[in-house]
Amino acid sequence: MAPLQELAKEYAKARRDKKFRQQVAYYLREYVGRPTPLYFAERLTRELGGAKIYLKREDLLHTGAHKINNAVGQILLAKRMGKSRIIAETGAGQHGVATATVAAMFGMECVIYMGEVDMARQALNVYRMRLLGAEVRAVTAGQRTLKEAISEAMRDWVTNIRHTHYIIGSVLGAHPYPVMVRDFQAVIGREARRQILKHEKRLPDVLVACVGGGSNSIGLFHAFLKDKGVRMVGVEGGGRGIKPGDHAARFQKGGSLGVLQGTRTFVLQDEDGQIMLTHSVSAGLDYAAIGPEHSYLRDAGRIEYSYATDPDALAAFQYCARVEGIIPALESAHAIAWVQKHAKKLGRDAIVIANMSGRGDKDVMQAAELMKL
Amino acid sequence: MNRIDQKFRALRTLGKKGFVAYIAAGDPNLKQTGALAREFERIGVDVLELGVPFSDPLADGVVNQLAAERALKSGTTLRGVLDLVRNLRRQGCEIPIVFYIYFNLVHRYGVKNFAKEACRAGVDGVLTLDLPPEEGAAFQQTLTKAGVHPIVLIAPTTPTNRIRTLVKQAGGFIYYISREGVTGMQSKVATTIRDRVAVIRQYSKLPVAIGFGISNPKQARAVAMDGDACVVGSAIVNQIAQNGRDAKKVARFVAPLIKEVKR
Ligand SMILES: Cc1ncc(COP(=O)(O)O)c(C=O)c1O
Repeated sequence: MAPLQELAKEYAKARRDKKFRQQVAYYLREYVGRPTPLYFAERLTRELGGAKIYLKREDLLHTGAHKINNAVGQILLAKRMGKSRIIAETGAGQHGVATATVAAMFGMECVIYMGEVDMARQALNVYRMRLLGAEVRAVTAGQRTLKEAISEAMRDWVTNIRHTHYIIGSVLGAHPYPVMVRDFQAVIGREARRQILKHEKRLPDVLVACVGGGSNSIGLFHAFLKDKGVRMVGVEGGGRGIKPGDHAARFQKGGSLGVLQGTRTFVLQDEDGQIMLTHSVSAGLDYAAIGPEHSYLRDAGRIEYSYATDPDALAAFQYCARVEGIIPALESAHAIAWVQKHAKKLGRDAIVIANMSGRGDKDVMQAAELMKL
Repeated sequence: MNRIDQKFRALRTLGKKGFVAYIAAGDPNLKQTGALAREFERIGVDVLELGVPFSDPLADGVVNQLAAERALKSGTTLRGVLDLVRNLRRQGCEIPIVFYIYFNLVHRYGVKNFAKEACRAGVDGVLTLDLPPEEGAAFQQTLTKAGVHPIVLIAPTTPTNRIRTLVKQAGGFIYYISREGVTGMQSKVATTIRDRVAVIRQYSKLPVAIGFGISNPKQARAVAMDGDACVVGSAIVNQIAQNGRDAKKVARFVAPLIKEVKR
């Protein structure tokens, strides 16, 4: 599509423009609250009795998740391109809230597409978006979650392309989106690398992050890719277990190379190439495809992928709240679940950084129901 | 010679405009799609576009999304649609057929395998909706080599330099999208059609079919006059949603569209 070429061209220019970079940095510092702490989780470390665990606190950002790093970058690009209308999809609602927030700040019209199922399970974020002045449009097609919301946003974009910019929320879609979103999220890893070198005078042994589309994970990992000794683990949504339709782990059974929504990557699909239904307790991980760079880095053997099931994630959600006084987003709880399982084995000499991609306020009602609190 | 080329050559000789009908294969089931194809040939549809149902039809509006859902529910697969075309050809049905397809289905089937089987079954053209020319060149070449025309889409927002690249990969006819957006009906036709078609004609000798959102005979005639043929999709799909089990009834909706285009 021609508009993608135009976007790629404009982004390539912006990225080399010192003024643009300064602008992004300014809003990230003054409005969003960067840098975020790299917090040594002392009690979690002690309780698990193994590796030293640090949490990268993206949950402390304005609006409560890493998604705003990308929203700020893209809306500044949209302004540069003279667009007046912003659209976005959202699964967990964090990207929708981040987009509605920056649209409000810059006085732009904003429409958010969200699957009906996600609107129900992340109702708090729906209210937040509306409060921020965005129009939230319910998507009723297919399984009514993130995948359909992306399709609907793409349809809107091709219809209103002349004045609208589509802020995609993860490292998905056609070029230049995956690269651009990764660049805007890479600030997470740049900070974390500097911070760990300051705290520990050495690089970490393991980085771990949950993987929906893959933006918070690639954001943390990117600055460490050349550090050969640093192991990287992406944790996908294992749902009710690895059976067709019950999970969202693209690198497990059912996932294979395909093309979805403008991206050639690993996709959960059947023999005929129809996209399979997915399930995860976490709306942000409940998606059939993964960012293409993840497929590449997995095949290159640089990143390994694991999964946490719904019960694992819910247990970690509660555990993290009780042990550290931090209620993680259900997405981030998948990374914590991996840490819970592996900290001891890694041993006391190991250093782990887990990405606390977001806070769990949005999930409290859903968790209360599931855990009968 | 490819049936599409034959058809447009004949139309040109007669000085007539063409009529392209789009339906979703397998809606409500493949047997009925076969009946519709034969009925369409009888009433003078020039080219039949068969949508191969996909779970995530990104480029389609709600009418075609629902049709794809119905088609998938009836168990329609790419293999099944290929079999349908093979059977139609065996029964002597010679209407030019274009597949309207999302690339994942082709990818999964195997690009070479798909091109070969499409040709063998009697498919004349393939329109891949979600394949940009940068990534599509190899596939389009594979199709051309197999004797199947790659049909390319050009949108109102496609800049001239891109039109030039796109038409180089094209065969059969050029599909010009008469408005920005996805498939679906609309009440007004965009006004810049003629200018853009003129640009396309600078770079390609292929016939130009114009569609997206045509819902009545008057619009059909208007866009056909701006090009070589008009494409009607959602409006027919909507009829099938209501009367899909009665091919004659659907044909009674299509016939006046054809009449107006050929007048
Ligand atoms: C807090 C949080 N973490 C993670 C994700 C997953 O997305 P990604 O893999 O792009 O980071 C989401 C998505 O909604 C989220 O809200």
